[in-house]
Amino acid sequence: MTRSEYSSAPPLKNLRVLLAQTNPRLGDVGHNLEEHLSILRQAREARADLAIFPELSLTGYFLKDQTFEVAMEPGDPTLARIAEASRDASVIAGFVERDRGGRLYNALGFFEGGELRAVHRKVHLVSYGMFDETRDFAAGDSFRAFEGEKARIGPLLCEDMWHLPSAYLHFLDEVDVISCSSASPARGVEAGGQGLASERSWELILRAQALLLRTFVVYVDRVGWEDGIGFGGGSCVVGPTGDVLLRMDALEPGTAIFELDGNELRRARFETPLRRDERPSVLAAGLAVKLPGWHLSTEGDDAR
Amino acid sequence: MSELDIQPELVTAMLTSFLREEVAAAGMHRAVVGLSGGIDSAVSAALAARAFGPAEVLCVLLPHERSNPSSEAHARLVADSLGVATRRVDITQMVEGYVAQEEVTDPTRVGNVMARARMVVLYDLSVEWGGLVVGTSNKTEMLLGYSTQWGDAAHAINPLGDLYKHQVYQLARHLELPAEVIDKPPSADLFEGQTDEADLGFSYAQADELLYQMVDRRLSFDELTERGFDPTFVQTVAARVVRNQYKRTPPVIAKLSRRTIGTDFRYLRDWMR
Repeated sequence: MTRSEYSSAPPLKNLRVLLAQTNPRLGDVGHNLEEHLSILRQAREARADLAIFPELSLTGYFLKDQTFEVAMEPGDPTLARIAEASRDASVIAGFVERDRGGRLYNALGFFEGGELRAVHRKVHLVSYGMFDETRDFAAGDSFRAFEGEKARIGPLLCEDMWHLPSAYLHFLDEVDVISCSSASPARGVEAGGQGLASERSWELILRAQALLLRTFVVYVDRVGWEDGIGFGGGSCVVGPTGDVLLRMDALEPGTAIFELDGNELRRARFETPLRRDERPSVLAAGLAVKLPGWHLSTEGDDAR
Repeated sequence: MSELDIQPELVTAMLTSFLREEVAAAGMHRAVVGLSGGIDSAVSAALAARAFGPAEVLCVLLPHERSNPSSEAHARLVADSLGVATRRVDITQMVEGYVAQEEVTDPTRVGNVMARARMVVLYDLSVEWGGLVVGTSNKTEMLLGYSTQWGDAAHAINPLGDLYKHQVYQLARHLELPAEVIDKPPSADLFEGQTDEADLGFSYAQADELLYQMVDRRLSFDELTERGFDPTFVQTVAARVVRNQYKRTPPVIAKLSRRTIGTDFRYLRDWMR
């Protein structure tokens, strides 16, 4: 993917983003679809340009053996219904994708103009502590921007954000906004800090990435409980100077609308031109030295 | 301030949300709590009252004729302060029907029978009341195995299971429970003069501090003793935690088929809630 491919992409003007902090029902795709459609009607009435849902928003998170049962293939009627509802506002929603090889992915669909335009497959699956994603999911192997008509969006899924190269690759693609959909469990209630420790970690990461990458970051985390594990919510918008511009409640479902201002992006990038001064060739040279025998391919990871 | 201190307001918000949603997942909106007069069940009842409203919570008092009368008095104090419905079921006949007939005298066995008789009543009343049995076991007692399997350890949902005793006290003060309940020495009241700390041979404060470092922070034996924990105490507690794992897990099933419950038949309880 080269920069010239994007030469015709329009610069970001204003983008009205709806953050859908939902509480998906585990395995109940029919219910979750209806909730998505209802929120998308709300998005249309509010003249939103883009609605962002959490990770696995159509299926729920701790699916275990249900992963196989709720998986969707291209042409799935549920995806078609979301696509149909994307004529006015674009949509980013989470689902389980099954490919021809039978692999299941923790996926994020980008729907626009009545179509499923692109899919991001979670690259950094999480399997430690309470998580067991690598048991059920295959990992994605790339970070590609969603080319929207009004914005270039860098999609991430939860743990992707905790690995520096993920957002960095979107930065190289010069995205207007990084959109991180999450199903992040709420944890850490010790008195040493204010609020959830998990929420503090997220804020630190989101603000640092926005500041360093000079981009808007929209974070949409789900709420609700699955067998005693509560999801934190606290969805937010961070501006390209690292300021939190909007924050939703922890633990409670809801929607919020925020208008991203393209001029803010331009000003922040002029004042501190980190993309201009970035030298990806230094990174490439460093990787070539540190990873000898590495041939610009991620196929070797399949052996894991 | 202790390292174990929690933010009680945040924890209360999380646990009321947890109770409401997980009880709704079972298709219900009401709760049954066995109220002993002690601090754990008082906190569970208070959380349930906040989650569902006092009118939706049935607190059951389950005295035996040999119970300390102050236990029932304290349970009433808690129920009155919360404004919840109460029901009193004397378990003496149930317990003695078996214990006297079979001449059981070992206090541990009699205590277990009492705890299980209470479970029988709570589960029966949960049908009548149309509510889920809310548990009262805290993390300290669950790790130490200081409970009766299928007795007080039996419940459908447990708001206290990730809170050490110290943290339960903090929550009790935040929830403004009666001082009588907070200030008295913890006791299972299964025989006269019983206290938890005498049974265990160490204090909850000691156990909490050690378990927090051992379980939550994963410190090794050497690290714990370097930090001043008595080696014998560490070994005693560690052995209890290991020995009582059976009380914290479902029964073991022999795998025979391609797909076995608990092994590779994997669904959450909230499956299609």
